[in-house]
Amino acid sequence: MRAISVVAATAALGLVAACGSEAPGPQAQNDDGRGPITFVSTKFDAEATQILVADWNAAHPEEKVTSVLLPESADEGRRKLIQNAQTKSDGMDVVVLDAVWTAEFAANRWVDELPEAGLDIPAFLPPAVETGKYRGKLYAMPFLTGTGLLYYRKDLVEKPPTTWAEMKAACEKALAKEKGMGCYAGQYDKYEGLTVNFAEAVQSAGGSLLDGSGKPSLTDGKAKEALTFLVDGFADGLIPKEAITYKEEEGRNAFERGKFLFYRNWAYMYEQSNKTDGPSQVAGKFDVAPLPGLDGPGSGTLGGNNMAVSSYSKHKQTARDFIAYMTGAEQEKKFAMSNSSPLARTALYEDPELIEKYPYLPALKDGILAAKPRPQAVKYGDVTAAVQESVYGAITGTRTVDEALTGLQGTLGDLIK
Amino acid sequence: MKRVLTGLGVAAIVAYCLIPFYWMVVSSFRRTADIYHQTPLPSPWSLESYAGVFDEGTGFGQALLNSAVVAVVTTAVTLLIGTLAAYALARLDFRGKNVILALIIAVSMFPGALLVVPLLKLFTSIGWINSYQAMILPSMSFALPLTVWNLTTFFRQMPRELEHAAMIDGCSAFDAFRKVILPVAAPGVFTTAILAFIVTWNEFIIAVTMVNDVDRQTATVRIAQFTGAAKFATPFGTQMAAGVLVTIPLVILVLFFQRRIVAGLTAGAVK
Amino acid sequence: MSGAANRRRGPRERAGQSRLAALMLSPTLVVLALVVLYPLLSAVRESFYTSGETLDADGFVVEGERFAGLANYSGVLGERFVNALANTTLFTVATVSIEVVLGVLMALVMHRAFRGRGFLRASILIPWAVPTAVSGLMWRWIFQADGVANTIIGQQILWTTEGVQAKIAVIVADTWKTAPFVGLLVLAGLQIIAGEVYEAARVDGASAWQTFWRITLPLVRPALLVAVLFRMMDALRVFDLPYVLIGPRKHSVETLSALIWDEATRVHYGPASAYGTMLFLYIALIAFVFVKLLGADLLADVRTRRRVAS
Repeated sequence: MRAISVVAATAALGLVAACGSEAPGPQAQNDDGRGPITFVSTKFDAEATQILVADWNAAHPEEKVTSVLLPESADEGRRKLIQNAQTKSDGMDVVVLDAVWTAEFAANRWVDELPEAGLDIPAFLPPAVETGKYRGKLYAMPFLTGTGLLYYRKDLVEKPPTTWAEMKAACEKALAKEKGMGCYAGQYDKYEGLTVNFAEAVQSAGGSLLDGSGKPSLTDGKAKEALTFLVDGFADGLIPKEAITYKEEEGRNAFERGKFLFYRNWAYMYEQSNKTDGPSQVAGKFDVAPLPGLDGPGSGTLGGNNMAVSSYSKHKQTARDFIAYMTGAEQEKKFAMSNSSPLARTALYEDPELIEKYPYLPALKDGILAAKPRPQAVKYGDVTAAVQESVYGAITGTRTVDEALTGLQGTLGDLIK
Repeated sequence: MKRVLTGLGVAAIVAYCLIPFYWMVVSSFRRTADIYHQTPLPSPWSLESYAGVFDEGTGFGQALLNSAVVAVVTTAVTLLIGTLAAYALARLDFRGKNVILALIIAVSMFPGALLVVPLLKLFTSIGWINSYQAMILPSMSFALPLTVWNLTTFFRQMPRELEHAAMIDGCSAFDAFRKVILPVAAPGVFTTAILAFIVTWNEFIIAVTMVNDVDRQTATVRIAQFTGAAKFATPFGTQMAAGVLVTIPLVILVLFFQRRIVAGLTAGAVK
Repeated sequence: MSGAANRRRGPRERAGQSRLAALMLSPTLVVLALVVLYPLLSAVRESFYTSGETLDADGFVVEGERFAGLANYSGVLGERFVNALANTTLFTVATVSIEVVLGVLMALVMHRAFRGRGFLRASILIPWAVPTAVSGLMWRWIFQADGVANTIIGQQILWTTEGVQAKIAVIVADTWKTAPFVGLLVLAGLQIIAGEVYEAARVDGASAWQTFWRITLPLVRPALLVAVLFRMMDALRVFDLPYVLIGPRKHSVETLSALIWDEATRVHYGPASAYGTMLFLYIALIAFVFVKLLGADLLADVRTRRRVAS
């Protein structure tokens, strides 16, 4: 009897599982559906987003938007979105995708292509729009954007460096008097930030991770200059050795305590480190500039959050309308007034009211226009893991620069076909 | 001399167990601005981090409630069916019971990471995602073996004369269990309940996988989601405060029932 | 069940008991079949299939899965799997041995302590009650580059980078949480040793060390072995602690469970399932060998009772 009940239960499960795999495909005929939707975003912008959502809900009582928050860590958030897509759940309608996830979500048909009509694309920063495209078609509408900025101590440095050599010279000059202070730091722990920092170094040396035809180009000498810059930085002590454990916040804390002259970070830090009632000892003593490069100004990588419509949504028309609404000029201004995360609309960077509130906007705009997206790869998770593996090995000294780059060239070649 | 040594030993154990936890508590009471301070006590004390935890929209109170619902229901259902199984294994006479007991215990060998994806697919196909039962049922995969093992040992320790007397009085085997054994076994069942409650309360992987809806997330999951004012900001203080809050219900349980928990923990291991 | 009882009761009662046993056991078995057996079987099946690996001409992922034979198992010979296997084994051996030593020491102290016993008992339960997810955060905070651990030892150790120090950080955090637990189990073993045994040893003029080595340890052995077996099963599956504390994909601390999780996160369900199956086999093997070699027979109880009763 016991045996029978177990068999029966297992058999029933088999049936259920079989039914599951025959669930309706993404191309269900809900393309014009209207009705209540769920908007999946992250917590950091929740407050500002909520203001916009409340306005929308007041105007659209039949198509109310419910906000859902993703886990803090980008990896966790992505895992949730993928799980939701794999189970073909209609529990998420509008999803916020990190700039580097576009290819994976588009290629797997987890999100729908977005018709450009009604989206006012020309009003957005072109590099930001690029991050929302896969094979030339728009899948995700840029909402937030951003790139790395060079924070520098204006009390110790006369003018921001535009090249790595100038940066070193500035350090030598200033640090002669400042005992115990380091020169430069970024984010070098083994996580997405390392890919960002490496890609930025390569671009700032004039190269790129992938060439124009999408093939890895790590053996053309530029990548070697870049990686050598980082490896030597650690070896010579220009980059403090604890920077190997830095994510954004650990580095910010160290910068705020005057541990180094230059720090690469996103725009969010400007406001925080300028707070005089906090732990920051550098409030009012720093400014921002675009990243320096090998022979001239460098190039950052683009971060950003874009909005897409889930393929499994039942109310796709409402979802598209909502994206158009959220990225509208009026809404973005409203958002910017209550949250410092940089937005993707060009006009906001010239708005005097906003520039007064966020003085770094002009430098950021230059940075974004010079910035490039990280590789657009369907298997981006594997690509970034491979990059981190090689670069981390090189900066911790377990492999040479050449070994790291040749190895990475081979691995990426297999991953991007 | 011996007393001094023992005293030192006690002090060492208490320090070993409490100091790391103490540091988490102290950090949670610092202001965000002082979070990197390393004074043994916060100066000034601040509830800023706790306010951050309960901030509007985060719904941490709801998350604690969800944890409680999942843990209480899992514990109750597990005890209900686990007690039956344990009694059968301890007292009834049938073939293959050693094999069954071994199988139930062997269940604790399965890597959790392996079980999650198939269960996710199954629960999605039957529409259970975002439901309490999608967390409760898988949680039983570790609560049940623990319960069955503990109670089997416990039932075995009880004098057999109890049922014999009942059965001579004309009770059936099941009646003997229900009317005679169960009341006597109540303390053991209670101890097992506390243990099952604690392991379920601490569960993370299943809860994070099965639920997307913020209103249904448990507290251990919510801790992973605290973000600061900006995308890359990490509010260490808030994390510490949330960690303390999630642990407090367990610390209270432990303080109230320490004697029983120790007895229950050891019952499973020692005859 | 004693033979005498059977003779008294006769075959009909025995059949009745079997039916009752089946009734009482089936809810538990059904639940376990649903939440463990079914996922286990699907995972094993999944380990022989692959999906989502190819793109069509328009750049879309080709849907559906296809049989892959043993392809997913090829990684088992790879450097990463072997490294994770070695880490898992190292952590298991290191944490369990340290926990046994610390646990026995704690139990000896607790056995002697009379004043403040309740407080001692409560504090020893706290590490065990802290959720692992929380203890991971807590230790990461302690082991930061600017953290309190470095302040106390007056060094600048970068705990969360690759290297021996990362392994040490994980072992410290893990033993903190579990050594007290082992201590409690051993304490229970100590408490059932009759006082006369020690008395006799004292009369015979045995030193404290001899008493411990010759009397205490052999008598707590059964309790200790069960504790070790349970801890080993847990340690072999350790995942969240190194993952949260040191970070994903760091070779020095990557365990098999973390590897499985990482592969699953990157949507490589085939290899993830294959590694999971291997991990399961490894755990089962170790449990089997342990039970055979050291005789930590979980079912000993059934047998001894049978002997006593007949």
